[in-house]
Amino acid sequence: MSSRRAPAQRPRASPGAVRPRAPKPAYGRPAAGATPPEDPRGSDVDEWGRSERARELARRIYGPAYSAWFRAEWEGIDKIPVTGGALLVGNHAGAIPSDAPVIMHGVETHLRRPVYALAHYWFRTIPVVGTWWSRLGGVAARPDNAYRLLHDQGQLALVFPEGTKGPSKRYCERYQLRRFGRGGFVETAMRAGVPVVPIAIVGSEETMPVVWQLPRLAHALGMPYFPVTANMLVLGPLGTVVPFPAKLRLRVLDPVTFGVEADQDRYPKSKVMEESERIRQTMQAALYDMLSRRRSVWFG
Amino acid sequence: MGRRVLVTGADTHLGGRVVQRLEADSGIDVVLGLGTGDPKMGFERAELVRSDQTYSTLSRIVRATRVDTVVHTSLIADSTQAPSHTIHEVNVIGTMNLLAAADAADSSVRQLVVRSSGVVYGSAAWDPATFAEDTPRTSAPRTDVERSLIEAEALVRDFADHTPSTVVAILRVADVLGSDVASAIGKNLSRPLCPYVLGFDPLLQFVEEDDVVRALEFVTRHRLAGTYNVAGAGRLPLSEVAAICGTRLFPLPPVRPSLAIAPLVHLGIFGLPPELEALLRYGRGMDTSRLVAAGFVYRYTSSGAVQSFASFARSRRLRKGAGRQPAGCLYEHDVEQCFRHPPSVVQPSGD
Repeated sequence: MSSRRAPAQRPRASPGAVRPRAPKPAYGRPAAGATPPEDPRGSDVDEWGRSERARELARRIYGPAYSAWFRAEWEGIDKIPVTGGALLVGNHAGAIPSDAPVIMHGVETHLRRPVYALAHYWFRTIPVVGTWWSRLGGVAARPDNAYRLLHDQGQLALVFPEGTKGPSKRYCERYQLRRFGRGGFVETAMRAGVPVVPIAIVGSEETMPVVWQLPRLAHALGMPYFPVTANMLVLGPLGTVVPFPAKLRLRVLDPVTFGVEADQDRYPKSKVMEESERIRQTMQAALYDMLSRRRSVWFG
Repeated sequence: MGRRVLVTGADTHLGGRVVQRLEADSGIDVVLGLGTGDPKMGFERAELVRSDQTYSTLSRIVRATRVDTVVHTSLIADSTQAPSHTIHEVNVIGTMNLLAAADAADSSVRQLVVRSSGVVYGSAAWDPATFAEDTPRTSAPRTDVERSLIEAEALVRDFADHTPSTVVAILRVADVLGSDVASAIGKNLSRPLCPYVLGFDPLLQFVEEDDVVRALEFVTRHRLAGTYNVAGAGRLPLSEVAAICGTRLFPLPPVRPSLAIAPLVHLGIFGLPPELEALLRYGRGMDTSRLVAAGFVYRYTSSGAVQSFASFARSRRLRKGAGRQPAGCLYEHDVEQCFRHPPSVVQPSGD
């Protein structure tokens, strides 16, 4: 399946140059008998809906936000495996979380390999947003999707085990990790036989602090949550999308392996929950450590 | 003694091609086609028996011809082909009658191959990107064609569970593109305008008609049991499919698209069956590894299927000026005549 990872090794187009035709995606199977017509594809959208060209464009646009607005700084990014599958796990915060794009941008520029972000399927249901979300590497968070990415294709997948409970928590609860779901991320990593790489992020809570929740409105609109953010109060309508320029620090913790056989039918729930809780505590400890070192929200 | 095969839906293009392929196999003694109308193509040695759409005469035919294999290709997966009560009659009642024929006490049927459709997986926002054969669908079926196919499959599975002596295979076929067989989306793609839901660009997976015919033959010949997805490798976004086919995309509002398009559907400019609506938002992907692992080799990828479809569509547009071509042959025997003039009916031996 290594050919599936072609986008990572694909040479980047230099800006301004004539856009080269994307190399043929690895879709074709060896055919017998009749020769299949030459692959007529013009885009490089893969089976997950991700397009390396769209990512390239997004990286170019997001670059200034990453380096000038958030001034993202990594610690131990070399702990993320350069080859093979790994499940990146982060703490999730801010009404519109900036952590996902920052991690994806950082890992893709440093490691030159794609990152797929597993997220709530709700994004898919919104016109335009859903399409771009998918082109930029968004994948509906389901165990079978994650398994296919990690095990069959050896990709990097990013997941926030807190789910929507992370970004929907109020500012007074900042950097308090929520429950890590039902430990599904651990079970998926065990089944796929890949390590979990925890990433602790400090600063994301301050990019878009949630002041108040409007659960009824959220329910009426079919949204996972509907927050009133400090950004809205300070910046007005602009604040619904513009985050504050808090300094983002990301620390990659040691990869966690579980010492169990991959592809088992069942993993003991006790072991799964124990590992999940252990990862949560390691991340919580790292967050406290990073917070204690932080001198300023804005300058780090 | 070679095999004796009955093919349902032999009057359709796909069924007809399956019959032709089986005819060419010297290991098969008798090929019997069953259909409701005139065949679309000429057969070498196969006989076509006409029947009603629910195949109520099937048990008599099976008993008389002692077929050992039934290839059931007549299930309808595209609700633009027939009104919904007809779909129910064909898919559910037709399958029921077929299973009843195969289930008879002295039945000669030892193998059953059913062509179903990927429609049974549905299409929803929370769906997995790729459905494997044992991935359950994530939401209750909303359209008649989905419901009837799921019911037909359930009947077949029930039959398989209770008749271990019969090898049963279900082939779930992705959206078919080909010279004649076109799925609901394929029909739209061959028109100058293809509807899409504004803001959505779903990933679609296709299979070439040729690969479907070959897969049906492959499963029949190798007596495979179980459920298999049949789809070209890879998925591609609708925008790209439309670009390859040279059709323009016509935007529908994301809210109630069927309502907005209803007048155009009425005029026959578009076809927007209900099962297509969800597909135009979320697409569908199918894992094809099981059939490939069994040894089947696809000739077309998804994008290859789209391209060959696009060239078919182009040549069809060119041919349009030449008038309609007559059908390959007309077959005029009906069931009773088949019994009276019996090359494939097993006569009770004299002793």
